[in-house]
Amino acid sequence: MTATARQESKGSGPFKVVGTRTTRHDGVDKVTGRARFGADISMSGLLHGKVLRSPHAHARIRSIDTSMAEALPGVKGVATAQDFPIIRGQALDFSGAVSNARVTAEVILAHERVMYAGHAVAAVAATSPHIAEEATRLIRVDYEASRVERLGSGEDTSPGSNIASHIQLKRGDVEQGFGEAEVIVERELSTQTIHQGYIEPFASTAHWAPDGHVTIWTTTQGIFGVRASTSAILGIPESMVKVIPMEVGGGFGGKASIYLDPVAAVLSKKTGHPVKMVMTRKEVFEGTGPGCAAIMRVKMGADSSGRITAAQFWLAYQAGAFPGSSVSGGATTGTGPYNIDNFLIDGYDVVCNKQKTSGYRAPGQCQANFAIETVIDELAERLGMDPLELRLKNVVKEGDRMPTGVPFPYIDLRKLEETMKTHPHYSAPLEGPNRGRGVAVAFRGHGGQGAPATMNVNADGTISLITGAIDLSGTRTTVAMQAAEVLGLAAKDVILTVVDTDSVAQTGTTAGSRVTFEMGLAAIAAAQEVKRQMSARAAMLWEVQPEEVEFQDGVFTCNRSPAKRMTFKELAGRLARSGGPITCSVYAPSTGIGPSFAGNIVDVEIDPETGKVDILRYTAFLDAGQAVHPGFVEGQMQGATAQGIGWALSEEYLYTEEGAVANTSFLDYRTPTSMDLPMIDTVIIQVPNPHHPFGVRAVGEVPIVPTLAAVANAVYHATGVRMTRLPMSPGAILEALEAKKAQE
Amino acid sequence: MTGRTHVHTSINDTDVDFLCESRQSLLEVLRDVLWLFGTKEGCNDGNCGACTVIMDGRIVDSCLVLAVEAEGKTITTIEGIAQAEGLHPLQQAFLEGDALQCGICTPGFVLAAKALLDREPDADETRIRHWLAGNLCRCTGYDKIVRAVLKAGKEMREEAP
Repeated sequence: MTATARQESKGSGPFKVVGTRTTRHDGVDKVTGRARFGADISMSGLLHGKVLRSPHAHARIRSIDTSMAEALPGVKGVATAQDFPIIRGQALDFSGAVSNARVTAEVILAHERVMYAGHAVAAVAATSPHIAEEATRLIRVDYEASRVERLGSGEDTSPGSNIASHIQLKRGDVEQGFGEAEVIVERELSTQTIHQGYIEPFASTAHWAPDGHVTIWTTTQGIFGVRASTSAILGIPESMVKVIPMEVGGGFGGKASIYLDPVAAVLSKKTGHPVKMVMTRKEVFEGTGPGCAAIMRVKMGADSSGRITAAQFWLAYQAGAFPGSSVSGGATTGTGPYNIDNFLIDGYDVVCNKQKTSGYRAPGQCQANFAIETVIDELAERLGMDPLELRLKNVVKEGDRMPTGVPFPYIDLRKLEETMKTHPHYSAPLEGPNRGRGVAVAFRGHGGQGAPATMNVNADGTISLITGAIDLSGTRTTVAMQAAEVLGLAAKDVILTVVDTDSVAQTGTTAGSRVTFEMGLAAIAAAQEVKRQMSARAAMLWEVQPEEVEFQDGVFTCNRSPAKRMTFKELAGRLARSGGPITCSVYAPSTGIGPSFAGNIVDVEIDPETGKVDILRYTAFLDAGQAVHPGFVEGQMQGATAQGIGWALSEEYLYTEEGAVANTSFLDYRTPTSMDLPMIDTVIIQVPNPHHPFGVRAVGEVPIVPTLAAVANAVYHATGVRMTRLPMSPGAILEALEAKKAQE
Repeated sequence: MTGRTHVHTSINDTDVDFLCESRQSLLEVLRDVLWLFGTKEGCNDGNCGACTVIMDGRIVDSCLVLAVEAEGKTITTIEGIAQAEGLHPLQQAFLEGDALQCGICTPGFVLAAKALLDREPDADETRIRHWLAGNLCRCTGYDKIVRAVLKAGKEMREEAP
């Protein structure tokens, strides 16, 4: 392996701060071990909580006897679903299942039925985690085993089947479209249950004060989501719950769900002590929401010129034990990079006795992209066309419609695909047997929900910026940079603090690649308001009209009198004695984040003896719009690619006959290590986003989407075998090679 | 479980005495008894490396070391890496090279890399990737981590007499 040259992004436009590689604000705390993550907390009187989980994939709970656990010395309290008012008072309502409090209550502690192996059944608080764990083993649960639905194949569409919902998207006439096709490719493909694999397990500490106020220190992607769910499940007003965010040791969508917070709160109420709960790695695998397994059928046709005439796409995604898979994410984006006149897309949300799934980076889209981009690669081969040329032939452009029917705003996917096609990697010789090159392209759409922020001017000329948006990967820095740009300050002079739910307006969850974009809009709006107030203050001090004050490059001047000049810092120092400090709170409504596109070129080599795939070279392409911090954008691309490679080659949940997860450790659930990967080269193109004043696009999720198909296509070109089931583990590849040999 | 063992050890150049149960791991004592929260727990079964510390010059997963085994040992945790005059070259390189995102794995990586560079400051990419294979990162894809270690190695070679 050799280190390939670091790819620099080109140009940062007219900006001074945006587009630079400034040092991350939370960096020193994180390299010195001072940053406090979910479990990094202690306090006097602290008890430790542990959860008892179901060994059955589906069973009725006849009774739970906690008396032996309660009698163990050191045990201070035991909780079951009976301790939660919502279980008693509210019917199970599947409409809006994803954020349905009744469903969340069922997930955090099973009521009458356990729905998957690993489903939480009871919890214990004790003076040490060891005693709490011992006590969970003394709880006697009388189960009556039920039939286990494991497949979730979506085949049975009759009423009473395990299909929870169906989404359909239609355009034109597919029969007519296939009639016009010269070549038609049909494939069935599948992907397995996979986990986000964040290194930090779920952790939550709660204290229920005698006056009814509940304080929760937790690791989450959204403190307001934790507050809303917890208060609903506990049946207390939101204002009685204060959620304090700890640093988050990876989320990738997985930490947008909650599991421990209300349980820790109830244990605290019962014991009168603060209670800390930390999951084991096994609990993370079997008790939290992984990403969906999927079965997909694709039929696509193209005429001899390469124009795609029709596409039919059938998707069944496993939601797990409760409705709410990410199938809509796949159904609405899979064909997104292509302008197709005739398509029929059917997506099924299928329930089965597995963990209730959660989002995982671009939820539902990697699976669908794997299916579509595999078939596109095959179409190109059958047509004798270059695979990127086929994509360019059908490329979507501004005004074309997304699969949902919404027209694309200003985009330039052509530029991304042409950048890939002309990149040296694409034409580099790839010699030797068992080697192949694959490409894939992906689209992801992003919504938006608006964002609040509070800004204060400090007397030393720095800015305090306060938000409620959890920073998963460096957004304190990227949001601060945007405020600094407006105020003519250095990035480090805008100090962004993520505060608790009592200290800032309701803020959305960190998900959907939204924080740099949406909190950025709020930071820009707040900075503009601060600029307005500062100009007014300068006008007052100079005894001129506010419109006579100008502000540029961090300096206030008076256009009537050139002698009047004050830096931002000088004026900040005079605020206290000229009318008081300057502060503002803003809410920036969403402008709609809009589409992002990514592409991959990858070279692989297959060992024909072992079936192992080596990644020889990887180049990831992304249209980031204006890259706020190119280093962080590269990091998103590289990290997403590594996750995608794991999904493609080694990661999957293995279930036992009884429906339990068999591989609940990092040894057996194999995420890539540093030995499994080469350097991941990055190419950032910057097509400005008209919905953001600096042109920023969403960058966090879309880079993972093309990875699965790119690797699978490379494996095909190395072996001549289309791998239609992920992961392409050594065993699976050997089997496929042997089957191919037997056919020849 | 009753009865605790008295353990005398040196952590980050400071003599430390603690009492522990025989079933407690070094990781548990570092965090829950000594409140050295910089050492992280990712898996508690020796697979992720987030709890890496240096014990008598060797890297260990502190979740796999019993606390009683620390008797008489010299231990370095992430809290002992930076000096009063500033960050260690590795910490500086991680910071400047964007070699961290969420940061939970960072202490383990810094300690593992330090143990390597203290022995082999000229370790190349392959050697670094091999050495760090016991530390999992889910955010970065390792690219910028490996580059940071290469850069720190270069700086440490230049600083060495």
